[in-house]
Amino acid sequence: MDILKYTAVELGRKIKDKELTAVEATQAVLDRIDSVENTVHAYVTVDREGALKKAAQIQKKIENGELTGPLAGVPVAIKDNMCTEGMLTTCSSKILYNFVPTFTAEAVKNLEAAGAVIIGKTNMDEFAMGSTTETSAYGVTRNPWNPDHVPGGSSGGSCAAVAAGECFYALGSDTGGSIRQPSSFCGVTGIKPTYGTVSRYGLIAYGSSLDQIGPVAKDVTDCATILEIIASHDLKDSTSVERETNFTDALVDDVKGMRIGIPRDYLGEGLDSEVKEAILSAAKVLEAKGAIVEEFDLSLVEYAIPAYYVIASAEASSNLSRFDGVKYGYRSEDYEGLHNMYKKSRSEGFGPEVKRRIMLGSFVLSSGYYDAYYLKALRTKALIKKAFDEAFAKYDVILGPAAPYTAPKLGESLSDPIQMYLGDIYTISVNLAGLPGMTVPCGMDSKGLPIGLQLIGDCFKENNIIRAGYTFEQSREMVMPNMKGVE
Amino acid sequence: MANIISDETIEYVGILAKLELSAEEKEAAKSDMGRMLDYIDKLNELDTSGVEPMSHVFPVHNVFREDVVTNGDDRANMLANAPEERDGQYQVPKTVE
Amino acid sequence: MSKQYETVIGLEVHVELATRTKIFCGCSTAFGGAPNTHTCPVCTGMPGSLPVLNKRVVELALAVGLATNCQINQYCKFDRKNYFYPDNPQNYQISQLYLPICHDGGVEIETPEGGKKIIGIHEIHMEEDAGKLIHDDWEDCSLVDFNRSGVPLIEIVSEPDMRSAEEVIAYLDKLRLIIQYLGASDCKLQEGSMRADVNLSVREAGAKEFGTRTEMKNLNSFKAIARAIEGEKARQIDLIEAGKPVIQETRRWDDTKEYSYAMRSKEDAQDYRYFPDPDLVPVIISDEMIDATKARQPEFRDEKMARYMEEFGLPAYDADILTGTKKLADIFEATTAICHNPKKVSNWLMVETMRLLKDREMDADKIRFSPEHLAALIQLTEEGTINSSVAKEVFEHVFDEDVDPQAYVEEHGLKMDNDSDALTSTIEEIVAANPQSVADYKAGKKKAVGFLVGQTMKATQGKANPAMINKILTEILDKM
Repeated sequence: MDILKYTAVELGRKIKDKELTAVEATQAVLDRIDSVENTVHAYVTVDREGALKKAAQIQKKIENGELTGPLAGVPVAIKDNMCTEGMLTTCSSKILYNFVPTFTAEAVKNLEAAGAVIIGKTNMDEFAMGSTTETSAYGVTRNPWNPDHVPGGSSGGSCAAVAAGECFYALGSDTGGSIRQPSSFCGVTGIKPTYGTVSRYGLIAYGSSLDQIGPVAKDVTDCATILEIIASHDLKDSTSVERETNFTDALVDDVKGMRIGIPRDYLGEGLDSEVKEAILSAAKVLEAKGAIVEEFDLSLVEYAIPAYYVIASAEASSNLSRFDGVKYGYRSEDYEGLHNMYKKSRSEGFGPEVKRRIMLGSFVLSSGYYDAYYLKALRTKALIKKAFDEAFAKYDVILGPAAPYTAPKLGESLSDPIQMYLGDIYTISVNLAGLPGMTVPCGMDSKGLPIGLQLIGDCFKENNIIRAGYTFEQSREMVMPNMKGVE
Repeated sequence: MANIISDETIEYVGILAKLELSAEEKEAAKSDMGRMLDYIDKLNELDTSGVEPMSHVFPVHNVFREDVVTNGDDRANMLANAPEERDGQYQVPKTVE
Repeated sequence: MSKQYETVIGLEVHVELATRTKIFCGCSTAFGGAPNTHTCPVCTGMPGSLPVLNKRVVELALAVGLATNCQINQYCKFDRKNYFYPDNPQNYQISQLYLPICHDGGVEIETPEGGKKIIGIHEIHMEEDAGKLIHDDWEDCSLVDFNRSGVPLIEIVSEPDMRSAEEVIAYLDKLRLIIQYLGASDCKLQEGSMRADVNLSVREAGAKEFGTRTEMKNLNSFKAIARAIEGEKARQIDLIEAGKPVIQETRRWDDTKEYSYAMRSKEDAQDYRYFPDPDLVPVIISDEMIDATKARQPEFRDEKMARYMEEFGLPAYDADILTGTKKLADIFEATTAICHNPKKVSNWLMVETMRLLKDREMDADKIRFSPEHLAALIQLTEEGTINSSVAKEVFEHVFDEDVDPQAYVEEHGLKMDNDSDALTSTIEEIVAANPQSVADYKAGKKKAVGFLVGQTMKATQGKANPAMINKILTEILDKM
């Protein structure tokens, strides 16, 4: 069997059973990158020598029993907004074109301790702002299912890399759907954990109150296994929480008695009919396996996007002010005096979408507008959280689409930002409420593009969505793109 | 568009955000921001009176460090990415006249 | 100047807290390191770094708040103050705007007229300090050192309750003593661990409305503050008299030119876009923590002064000087506890210590000698082991090098000579050699004894016990 068809956990087992080595797996991934990366462009940085060297070291440690975890020796790709010591970290922005961090993000450290082989850094929308990975300063990533289409975003590089076999799993980050939406577009599985589950230390912030790191992989088992490794209570992140992280315990094919609610608000206008059909048939599968499924009114869904753009842009305008040409990154070649240096470095270093959000965020926080916009958005967030609290009093899991449509064609989305923002309607409120959400592939549309099912759980109840996702997954074959036209 | 963004506003926000926009970018920014604010104004449909603004979703509080020195001299690393460095310091255009 | 004007002054006082580490990272706050050697990803604003609050900062800020009679916000939060400047690595400063830790307090000062007055404290908030900029005129550039970036500060914002430079100085001195007594900061203006920005406006005497105020920065001594207040007051009155408006702005005081300059620039919008810092969680201060902090409160200056007068019978003037710095009060108490002679201890501190401090151009808190050695010195004089002139000489060495006086006296042979046989024969020689003085004495001129005592001291090189000379000499003379 082709090595690349294995899931991360399967590969880990093969390596442990001495059927394969970490070096062979790494070489297979690098060969795959050689053959498809020209088309897919999932990576900003590929560290060939580093990965092979690391794979050899890890192989030794596995052989002498130092590393025994399920993912030891398995090659991984990291979204380029997580700091990796000694390895270029750009956030797909020109302003960090040469930034080499001197420390490693906590989540990545946790993976390294578990014997991960880091292949490289994946492409993304610049500073995670976007839904298509087209706002990257380093070129677009293409969807492995059809290179004329986007992979989604902002973790488009991570999801495309997993789908194309350019790694066995990846880390993404999700501020408004940036793991779940591209997972849906690329036909892979991804989890955005409860806020505070995975340390944000070393994650270059976009919207600090919304950002979470999570796994992207081929199936639910992989995602639960990865999440168990990266989740930690980190004293360096004040918003990190101490909690149960036994996610693999939930890998059980059983949803008997599980209460599943489908928000009617998620099935209305704007939802593609093929997506709707796939979502409802997935719900039927779970119902057939014993879940109690019903539709309900979640309410406030249309307010999540405007509230999100106020909060995320406000936080981003402040978070991104540190990029000023003084301490790291890009400094304009030609300037006169300090303030001109700031303005030129930032104007030349940031792309249009980032500037748009910094401008909006600066405006909504500026004198006279704080109450009307920022506090209003925080109050709306409180109401949205309350609506979810009420829903989770009745249901264990909320089920719906991850995105209103399958992957759009390249170049179709950026011309109308608001239209693009509306595409995040099913994912964004989850971040506002700090909830865990997961995308599981649930079918293909008539164009041959994947459709993703989104499962949302109550805070700290990842195990409910993992169990539902795992159970659903047992009903279908795993499909990966054949990449025939690409290689 | 209900929200008309003036040249002065774009200029002002540019000063706050330290962004210098070309004439073309300014026009685009005026229109983009106006449309976004129109869209955000949708929030005014919601009655949020009596609702506390929610910064943090979870009631986590009192996360502290002890007052113990844990870091040593790491200057080389801190300066490793500096665009311009001199005498162990970050060099910037002169800040006083 | 035809009209009478009143000056209205409020202060923003920044105090560096005496913690080992910075407010949001484990870097040392020690002074004197080479540039950027006390820095890490957090205090240099590296992408991906996150702040974690130093617990000690909250404890000290709370202690200062309680000692200045403030209300405590038992639920307080940190906000980001956004502005671009190279000494501010994140281009936002973490501070507190919406829910500062303390508010609505006040301290009592003595006015120059001899009355008492409460200066209100609007709020006290916790925040981080900025780095340091060094300007290089040759290279036409500035250099940034982040060693001070992230050092914890409290900002104490007063109400506009002060009316003169004297009141401002009295208020600052009061704050300084409270904070020093708490051990929350050393409060040194010159070294920047205490900094005051002066908000000043003038109005016609009797007016109800405040005038337009300016904020003055860069005041690093009490003298500079006093001069800046006088200078700015005169500038504003000149404007008003000339019918010109006072502009609300920040001005930088140049103490050498005795004039303030506007710090305005079109790139400074003064719109800080404060919002709650999403990287930090709220601080909840429990009733228990407040009670415990109150219970740990030290005796402050006013109480100490009263006690020194009552318990040790010291005059008000002495008690005032001794409690004027915490260091002196600490030495006084520790020394008294050893030798149980408060008057003598006070005397050594008030006279010789003050003289040497002045001579060596030192602040009292730089005193190095130990209470044990001062107590030992007092012991030596009380026992009559050394005489007072020798004691002063020994004290200089105690003061400068903290020598053990007992050992020093032994080593240098400075003990008083108490051998009465030897002394008697010396005196007999002197009496024999000075018949005129003896005659004077016999004639009733008792003062003649002084001359003979002086001669004896000279002959014994100052080591003789003066009391013993007097006794023997009187016996000899009376027998004649």
